[in-house]
Amino acid sequence: MTLPSLEAINLTKKYGSFTALSKLNLKLEGSKCVGFLGPNGAGKTTTLKIFTDMIRPTGGMALINGIDVNKEKKKALKSVGVLIETPEIYGSLSAREALSMIAEIKGISRASVRKSVEDVSELVKMKGLLNQKIKKMSKGMKQRINIAAAILGNPEIVILDEPTSGLDPRGMSEVRDIIKDLKKENRLIFMSSHLLSEVSEICDDVAMINHGKLLAYGPIEKIVEKFSKVGAVEVEVNLFRPVTGDTIDRLRNIKGVRSVKKVDSKTVLLQVIGGLKGQEEVLSRLVRIKLGIVGFKQSSSALEETYLSMFKETV
Amino acid sequence: MAQKLKFEEKTIVPNSFYHITIMMLYSFLEYVRSRRFFILLLITIAIGMLLTGVVAYYRPQSFLVSEQSFYANWWGETVTFIIILSAVFFGGDAISGEFQNKTGYFLVGNPIRRSSIYLGKFLAAFCGALIMLLVFTAMTIGNGLYYFGGVTNLFWESLSFSVLYLATAIGMTFFFSSIFKTNSTAIVVTIILMLFVFSLMQSLVANLAHYEPWFIVTYGAQIINNVLMNPYPPSTQTTAAPLPHGQSITVTSYNATVPEGLIIMIGYFIVSLVTGLILFEHKEFN
Repeated sequence: MTLPSLEAINLTKKYGSFTALSKLNLKLEGSKCVGFLGPNGAGKTTTLKIFTDMIRPTGGMALINGIDVNKEKKKALKSVGVLIETPEIYGSLSAREALSMIAEIKGISRASVRKSVEDVSELVKMKGLLNQKIKKMSKGMKQRINIAAAILGNPEIVILDEPTSGLDPRGMSEVRDIIKDLKKENRLIFMSSHLLSEVSEICDDVAMINHGKLLAYGPIEKIVEKFSKVGAVEVEVNLFRPVTGDTIDRLRNIKGVRSVKKVDSKTVLLQVIGGLKGQEEVLSRLVRIKLGIVGFKQSSSALEETYLSMFKETV
Repeated sequence: MAQKLKFEEKTIVPNSFYHITIMMLYSFLEYVRSRRFFILLLITIAIGMLLTGVVAYYRPQSFLVSEQSFYANWWGETVTFIIILSAVFFGGDAISGEFQNKTGYFLVGNPIRRSSIYLGKFLAAFCGALIMLLVFTAMTIGNGLYYFGGVTNLFWESLSFSVLYLATAIGMTFFFSSIFKTNSTAIVVTIILMLFVFSLMQSLVANLAHYEPWFIVTYGAQIINNVLMNPYPPSTQTTAAPLPHGQSITVTSYNATVPEGLIIMIGYFIVSLVTGLILFEHKEFN
């Protein structure tokens, strides 16, 4: 079975003298979630719009599963779910009609349209409101319908541009859960977001872009390790016993731990070197020395620190 | 949300013809449920009622002298206004709205050609506008039957020309709507051009330049009215209008023949539809 893929080859987009994308080369392949990060105007949405035929590149190619979206749009997008910005939907249609329209466009058989629409609307908690007119819905409700439209037809690639935009905290959490669910099957998710904690939580890899150029691409922990000031990953460790001076000394002596910082009475932050393997070794040693470890996870602020250090000069 | 994705569809992207019908169906639903549809319907009915009342009360000789003159006065003079109004109502923001209202973002990222979206919306707008035309046709025929007990064959000819003009007018509004990204600009420009500029240009070209305005769509659309005239007006007619002090001015009027009118309208229809389509194909969602 071929893996789903998105590939930008020398992708360039110019608006007069302004270059939004400059020979971007990026290949995403396989079942994973890739966060697309960069400051405003970096070229994230431009890239996603080129992949979804909303704008045309000035040069280069955008390939979906090896097919140029600019030349064979229908074929390229046949198994892609798309949510770019915050789309509006024809206001006089009901949510059911709007989703049925997209289902029919995507080629879901007439006999399955109703069930598919109900399934996706259940996922986004909108099943009870399917017969409501779009124009009577709030921004958050419309965004849920947009997400439902994107995942209709069970696409193998999902392109999302700030998917939690406009949602309340509960809605954001639910959308994150949907994306995590989408990841579980052979599916590639390419998602831009300004919420770094969201990207840390959902994504496996990140691609960082600025001034239309790719700065970095790879697994989050590798990017964090490579680009953070200290060259290490920050890991939050929760203990069920209070952290004492002795605990900190023992933690400092573990191979692979560069520094230890007490956060509160039962939590410490470790700077760990050696990537995922390094983390695995540190974790196994922590278990072995029986400090009472109950939690071990990469700090959500690690990506943020990396991001800030990479883009500190960008206004 | 613990629920897992459970749907498993196999999708086969339909052909473009099917996509056009999908777009037509849902766009038509959007049109007929809109407030503007009911406003236009009210305007059309009001125009018909006004004519019915005026003719019934004043019994104007020009209307009631013959069956043909009834249809010429009732239909020929009014229907082009209803056509242009319908075209503007349904087509004025049909494409610009996809950009300004961001509804295009919901559609364009799917496996559907932009041309299918454009043509589907065009057909939906045409069907919506056709309802207005049919309502006015029904009121016209109702009155015609009341006064003369029949419908002249020339009326059916005029009606078919009207349907063609409706398609042309909507094609043109879609073209203007493709040029602009804001609804208000698209609608205002379309109204000004269709209702005033073309008619003004036609008069200026014919009366001042003494040149047949064969390149203006409203000139071609005159066949809707002319076909109901008895006899059909000559293609060129020069009359001398008297001025004070024994002087006179020569006025030349031009009338498109039926084939000319058809060619002009079909030409405008094809050119506007194709260029509008090309513009939409290349327009970017920025």
